[in-house]
Amino acid sequence: MKTFYLRELAHARSGDKGDTNNVGLIAYEPHYYPLLAQQVTVERVKAHFGNIVKGAVTRYEMPRVHALNFVLEGALGGGVTRSLSIDPHGKSYSALILTLPIEVPEDIAAKLIRRGRVAIPAAKT
Amino acid sequence: MSASERQGRVLRIGAGASYAGDRVEPATELAKHAQLDYLVYETLAERTIALAQLERLKNPDGGYNELLADRFYGALPYCRQQGTRIVTNMGAANPRGAAKRTVEIIRELKVGPMKVAAVLGDDVLDYCLAHRDTLKLMENGKPLSSLEGKIVSANAYLGADVMVDALARGADIVLTGRVGDCSLFLAPMIHEFGWAMDDWDIIGKGQVGADMVECGANVSGGFFADPGYKDVPDLGNLGYPYLEVASDGTIVVTKVPGTGGLINRATCTEQMIYEIHDPANYITPDVVVDFTDVTLEEVGKDRVMMKGGRGKPRPEQLKVSVGILEGWIGEAMITYAGLGCLNRAKLAEEVVRKRLQIGGVNLQELRVDYLGMNALHGDASLPRQGEPYEVCLRFAGRARERRDAIKLANEVETLVGKGPASSSIPTKNVREVLAIYSVLIPRSAIRHEVVMEVA
Repeated sequence: MKTFYLRELAHARSGDKGDTNNVGLIAYEPHYYPLLAQQVTVERVKAHFGNIVKGAVTRYEMPRVHALNFVLEGALGGGVTRSLSIDPHGKSYSALILTLPIEVPEDIAAKLIRRGRVAIPAAKT
Repeated sequence: MSASERQGRVLRIGAGASYAGDRVEPATELAKHAQLDYLVYETLAERTIALAQLERLKNPDGGYNELLADRFYGALPYCRQQGTRIVTNMGAANPRGAAKRTVEIIRELKVGPMKVAAVLGDDVLDYCLAHRDTLKLMENGKPLSSLEGKIVSANAYLGADVMVDALARGADIVLTGRVGDCSLFLAPMIHEFGWAMDDWDIIGKGQVGADMVECGANVSGGFFADPGYKDVPDLGNLGYPYLEVASDGTIVVTKVPGTGGLINRATCTEQMIYEIHDPANYITPDVVVDFTDVTLEEVGKDRVMMKGGRGKPRPEQLKVSVGILEGWIGEAMITYAGLGCLNRAKLAEEVVRKRLQIGGVNLQELRVDYLGMNALHGDASLPRQGEPYEVCLRFAGRARERRDAIKLANEVETLVGKGPASSSIPTKNVREVLAIYSVLIPRSAIRHEVVMEVA
């Protein structure tokens, strides 16, 4: 096993509704999807976002398009229209989820490394 | 062409805008090159219509999209040539004013005769004020009357039916206020193919297509590029998308050849999930959409076909966005650079906090960001090595009274000369908070009306 940022396996887009943000997470390859489904859990996402998310996190699975959808409640500083943040919509949260470390089996890791991707050094994980 | 004649052919619907200030030229390109049947401009975010309402209070002829004239000067000559009809929510808080201005433009460009429809009925401010003790806020379940501040607008998300009505009466240009974003695209499909509005599966399929383009270029390479990971060709000349819709609800999303951007499974999947919550139950005024069986197939360069998509009966109630003036936000930024910049910025934060105390400044909430360090993701930001070469310190505070918001901004401004050494000149602004809350109202509270003008 090697550890990579989620960014190497998936791409993401996030958007707003009121004080709720959703982050769509999409596997680059269909066979990465099981890794996302196993490791990008509600608990890990909630812990990763820390005090950005005040409310519940819900995960929806969309296996046909190899994607997960995370709905983050209470995540926009009281709502887009009242927030004091420079990112009131949470459109940058897509980049935050991609900083989650993921354990990657050796065969996939070897392919990523051949493509010039870099694993996270063990000390930092 | 009648609905039955349409059955065998493909309907082409372009997405010319996806927010109030969206770029003008791409829609003109679409109108010129995409042989569209319909050009749709979606220009209302949650708060846009409330801002437009304030504008209209100042200027009774205003309150519609500020770029309406620019957009129509560019696109109308081509729309006339190609028989393209326009559906748009650029009417915002004043669809009749928008229609009046549109008629003037048609005359000026000599592209008439055209029928221009203003769709009214989304403004439910009187209803909401009359029922403020019984309407419950979707945010917290409390009555609308529990909010402090002045309610300035209430607009219901109307569905496709009101626009289908205008199209059936022969409108070449349909101008609305608040309607469901996707409903703008769905209305031409229903009108042209004669789909029954309670055939939930076909309406659901139409919504899957509409959802794909309702954010405009977000499906064609906009907000997608991440160099080395997701490369987008010629992003500067980004082409806006259009749909090719068959009468059975099979839909291809594509763009004009030769424009920049790209459309593939990755761009379409990002857009499909964008701003939906439960993918099996996405609530719109027209149908509850189920995206879970949708598949996306690349059928050519920059061409993706959507298959699947289902629907369930539409909701009994309509969502209303209520705009309320809640107070003020004061904001100011100052940048420190060079060795020790982070320590100087931290000292500046301490100084401002102390002076807010001394001045008795009354803030409901104060936020301090270090741009370049943690402004977007706070404590969740990845830890970094060493000090940045420069750091921008930003203060933002919300206050009930304007004077407190001003005082915060001024205390940052006076850091030059009275704070730590070696900074930029601060920038500051003070703005009124126009907050949006949501309530649900019965459909029976809506009386929509189509006002037609001939130019």
